[in-house]
Amino acid sequence: MNARHKFLIGSGIIVATLLALAYVGFTQSKTYYHTITELSTLQGASLHQRMRVSGNVRAGSIARVNGRVDFVLTEQGRDLPVSYVGRDPLPDTFKDGAQALVEGNIAPDNHFVAEQVQAKCASKYEAAPVGTPASPQPGQTSTGAAPRPSGN
Amino acid sequence: MDILGSFALLLAFLAAVYAVLAGISGILTRRTLLSKSARNAGMAVFVLVTIAVACLEYFFFTNDFSIVYVVEHSNRALPGFYKFAALWAGQEGSLLFWSWLLSIYAFLVLFLNRKRHPELMPYVGVVLAGVQTFFLTLNNFVATPFRVLAGPDGAGVMHLAKMSEGHGLTPLLQYPEMVIHPPMLYLGYTGFSVPFAFALAALLGRYPGEKWIHITRRWTMVAWCFQSIGILLGMHWAYAMLGWGGYWAWDPVENASLLPWITGTAFLHSVMMQEKRGMMKIWNVWLVFTTFMLCILGTMLTRSGVVSSVHAFAQSSIGSWFVGFLIITFLVCFAAYWKNRDYLRSDNQLDSLVSRESSFLFNNLILLAACFAVLWGTLFPVLSEWVQGSKISVGAPFFNKVNVPIALFLLLLTGVGPLLAWRKTSFDALKRNFAWPFGGGLLAGIIGFAFGFRDIYSLLCLILGVFVTLTIASEFVRGARVISARDGTNIFTATGELTMRNTRRYGGYVVHFGMVLIFIGIAGTPFNKDLQKEMGVGESLRIGRYTILCQTFDHIETNNYTSNRATLEVFKNGKSDMILFPERRTFRTSQVTETMVAIQSSPLRDLYVVYAGESPDSGKPVIHAYLLPLIKWIWFGGIVVVLGTGLALLPNRRAALVLRPASERSWADAIAEATPAVGAVARRVEGHD
Repeated sequence: MNARHKFLIGSGIIVATLLALAYVGFTQSKTYYHTITELSTLQGASLHQRMRVSGNVRAGSIARVNGRVDFVLTEQGRDLPVSYVGRDPLPDTFKDGAQALVEGNIAPDNHFVAEQVQAKCASKYEAAPVGTPASPQPGQTSTGAAPRPSGN
Repeated sequence: MDILGSFALLLAFLAAVYAVLAGISGILTRRTLLSKSARNAGMAVFVLVTIAVACLEYFFFTNDFSIVYVVEHSNRALPGFYKFAALWAGQEGSLLFWSWLLSIYAFLVLFLNRKRHPELMPYVGVVLAGVQTFFLTLNNFVATPFRVLAGPDGAGVMHLAKMSEGHGLTPLLQYPEMVIHPPMLYLGYTGFSVPFAFALAALLGRYPGEKWIHITRRWTMVAWCFQSIGILLGMHWAYAMLGWGGYWAWDPVENASLLPWITGTAFLHSVMMQEKRGMMKIWNVWLVFTTFMLCILGTMLTRSGVVSSVHAFAQSSIGSWFVGFLIITFLVCFAAYWKNRDYLRSDNQLDSLVSRESSFLFNNLILLAACFAVLWGTLFPVLSEWVQGSKISVGAPFFNKVNVPIALFLLLLTGVGPLLAWRKTSFDALKRNFAWPFGGGLLAGIIGFAFGFRDIYSLLCLILGVFVTLTIASEFVRGARVISARDGTNIFTATGELTMRNTRRYGGYVVHFGMVLIFIGIAGTPFNKDLQKEMGVGESLRIGRYTILCQTFDHIETNNYTSNRATLEVFKNGKSDMILFPERRTFRTSQVTETMVAIQSSPLRDLYVVYAGESPDSGKPVIHAYLLPLIKWIWFGGIVVVLGTGLALLPNRRAALVLRPASERSWADAIAEATPAVGAVARRVEGHD
């Protein structure tokens, strides 16, 4: 067996290990984007996925009930009741009519339980992201457990 | 002025197109005058784009709110410092900025090499002008920065209009680092165009040997250095401004800046294989091509909304231009490669698995794996929508699972690689070179474990970090001893002499050491603590050995913003230690709120306190405190990396060698014998530039 073969075998082992790790990481963190309209058509296992949904906050729907915040997201005439259960304060941009992106799961009673809420003022709508690489968009703040690098 | 600016941009576009066409015909017809004229056109682009940039800055500084771009990104009260930076705060201006930086690089390359490499430079000029043409097309016809405000009157006739005040610069960008971070990153992104141009030129012109690598190595290091500074400043900005206690969130835009950095790093290493052993030629050419294409991809991801991330709810049409340019670039690269693939035949084969060559191969393999994983994770929402019809995004766990082991393996190679000989290393040499560093690493691991480094990855990082540091130190000491014995100088002078005689090698070691420091800083992450509490005056919270007592809350008003501020007294082990002032500012023009984090930084840990807002129920301020170990090592390591790169860019000192009689052995021979790991091949080629 020459050096070239040994190198190829070593590479194969490394790549296989990384693929396995990638698969595990993928299944742990995959999140589906859905529109509110799509939610009603979901069935079976796909109902229990972690997902992100976006829509506008219906004016007057924000209610603060002991420890959580309830509101309704609307999109194209469809409503989705949301309960925000995260512990961080909601962003200041989260107001009536704001564009919001919620992340979490659907509860059995078709409520959406959100752990993260991001919001953007409807009035400060920019046509395109500004050119600031490696930085989140201005005019938009997020709450909830922002993804945090762990390990090294 | 707006007409002057637009006109300068249009002329720049024409000059770039002419540089491409005249350059190509100059090469085909072998007429030097035509090539010269193309070169002059390429340099003229720089002057013209500079005029356009100066015009736009003029509008910012004169508060000319008849220009849409100025209205959107500035206001009267904005400090001058930020008015300057507003140039790259939006789509149109940042693309102009890209063009401008590229034109500076192109000008320098064409000017500095005007009397050199007459076979190669016409090709280089054509490639650079081609890239410039693409960006000038965007500047002129897709996203022009000189749009003026206009509105229809009652009869439907358009009239120029002027606002009395602008919308202001996004408050998140009103931070000193934000003035430096984008230019650095852009200098990195644009800088990789130069090695790309040389690689493609060498391939197209079948330029003999590895000469193009010698010419571009420094340019690659310059671009790499800027890219590193840009990424680190971005991390520090996110850490200091966004108030979530972290510095890297695997967001698509962050990933976009990391991708070319990874392939650039791979290239800087694998290029040595080509210089010294004539191997991996195809690989290197494609690494340079890939790095450039990733730069374009990164520029696209930041502004097109292709990947709907936290960053972009909106869609933009500019993405299709970039996709088109990427496809053209790929086709040109592939055609050039296919036509000239015999030119890239390898001179040597891999001799042994325990050799410098194989350590470079593994280094490249896993860097590419990291790059691929990050790219895949970033583009997954787009790919899954194509394939499955549903958008799926992956988060931090995916990126960390793959990249943490890769990073540790890289750290291991950083220690092992430089001590392995080219071709083949004997088992004895391995034992001799690695026994001490490895023992030191294990010892550090045991001590670290006793002091609470219980996370497996952090512990491994500590062991490897110490191991690498010791191997680097042993390299310096071994070389310095030889010089000190021969010249009779002390060991410190000898270390300086050694470094200056082969700046690239020893500067490289300094960069490695800086990376070790960064890794140690990241290894503190599993030990982060945080606590959030509603606090009235007189209430306190405890985190680690700190107690934070709330003294007062006040309200500040300035021209630019209003602010809620907390005054917090911090007690360490029961003793009053310092006062922190976390703030929450609301900017007047934009009504955007941002946090000003109060950070007490020390080498062992940062105390990071955020004024998180007011509780909706009680109205009390909410204070979020974080205890983040070792963060400072990351910033310090970053400085070491930059200094090391600067050192590697210096020319070698070798005046003393010329005067010595030929019979005497050169210092390089002496060192090579004293360090068996470096071996025979390295002796021949060290310090060849």
